Amino acid sequence: MSDPVSATEHGQDKTVVVRLPGVLVDLFPGAPRRLDIPASTVSEMVAQLDRRWPGMRDRLCDSTPAVRRHINIFVDGERAGLEKRLTPGCEVFVLTAISGG
Amino acid sequence: MASKVLVLVGTKKGAFIAESDEGRKDWSLRGPFCETWPMNHVMADPVTGTIYGGGGNEWFGPAVWKSDDLGATWSHSSDGLAYEAGAEPIKAVWSLAARDGVLYAGVQPAGLFRSDDQGKTWQHIDGLQKHPSRPHWNPGGAGLILHSLVLHPQDDKQIWVGISAAGVFHTADGGATWEPRNKGTRADFMPEGQNYPEFGQCVHCLVMAPGRPELMYQQNHCGMYRSEDGGRNWQSIESGLPSTFGFPAAAHPRDPSTLYLVPLNGDSSGRYVPDAKAAVWRTRDGGTTWQDMRAGLPQENAYFGVLRQAMATDRLEPAGVYFGTGGGALFASADEGETWTTIAEHLPAISAVETLVVDV
Repeated sequence: MSDPVSATEHGQDKTVVVRLPGVLVDLFPGAPRRLDIPASTVSEMVAQLDRRWPGMRDRLCDSTPAVRRHINIFVDGERAGLEKRLTPGCEVFVLTAISGG
Repeated sequence: MASKVLVLVGTKKGAFIAESDEGRKDWSLRGPFCETWPMNHVMADPVTGTIYGGGGNEWFGPAVWKSDDLGATWSHSSDGLAYEAGAEPIKAVWSLAARDGVLYAGVQPAGLFRSDDQGKTWQHIDGLQKHPSRPHWNPGGAGLILHSLVLHPQDDKQIWVGISAAGVFHTADGGATWEPRNKGTRADFMPEGQNYPEFGQCVHCLVMAPGRPELMYQQNHCGMYRSEDGGRNWQSIESGLPSTFGFPAAAHPRDPSTLYLVPLNGDSSGRYVPDAKAAVWRTRDGGTTWQDMRAGLPQENAYFGVLRQAMATDRLEPAGVYFGTGGGALFASADEGETWTTIAEHLPAISAVETLVVDV
């Protein structure tokens, strides 16, 4: 899924590829495992996800606000926080950490 | 009119629903629901029949789940279920209660929220956070949780809450202001001479007698109590019980003098049923005397506990009584506790048991 209206800013395409975990998309009927969305930071990416599937932000972030402790968002192979800048075309992996019992 | 009974079960790995007709002999089980999230409390609004589940997932945080079709389909929300930015985030929902179209949720760290749209959005009732004692609250073994949520049946401004381990608090103005109601309850874990503080007691479960809002019962970490003035003063009713320690208490649906408990062997002795023999203890006289009910319950090698929200009654005649164990067994009595049968044996650890009687 892409957003043609806001995909460009000052003429520049800022679309990133987002991959979501199965246990997350199971909570939001219709949400895909992989999608393209325009975002220049992780925070913007989460806001875009929440706009499409209301409530998804609460599942990924707490009220601090911060990425939840057992959610990992990887950008360019490194764990990222909400302020992490995204380069156009990059791939963002949202993963659940190993936890539970 | 025929009825069916739903036993709503919250477990460490999802919600389950056991169902039977009013005879309550043969049971079927459905679940797990709520995507196997840990569900601390599953209950129903008896007016609408909507089922709600409160829980918290290690990955995804707290939410209230909801089913309008007796468990066939579920949705969830935590919109507004949050403290202000910078504060310790909410980890889980622990208790739910409904009255006159308003749904209340008690959470961890201890606080109270309300929803006026059947759980879609939530508003913080922040009076508890402003209580002068708030900086001095200490968590119990399960964390700083608001687990008991008792609503006055007629006065929509009155709410009692039980917080581990801050004690019982009451509001008469819808949650703007609160007062501790712990007088007469012990805190054995405090230094000698400081065992009856104004707050800081480890309340385990608080229930109201049917038809008598001023009559309340409390299973505490340190004793069993009764109050005849809405919790302003508490009297010990633990004489005749095998232990002063336990978690749940369940009121009878009609008789204010009947109460059910599952005493455990003590806070530092494993927290099992005493002598590894299971019994539900019942009083018919408001706690003056107690009888152990054992028929049909395991009487050897029963090393289980029953958590604070894991016992309930139904509203049928005679009343049904139900409890679930930390080992995943669910027991039922269709005759006010006299005899017991096993509904399920291998569920995940059971956190909560409630009932819904549906007229069909």
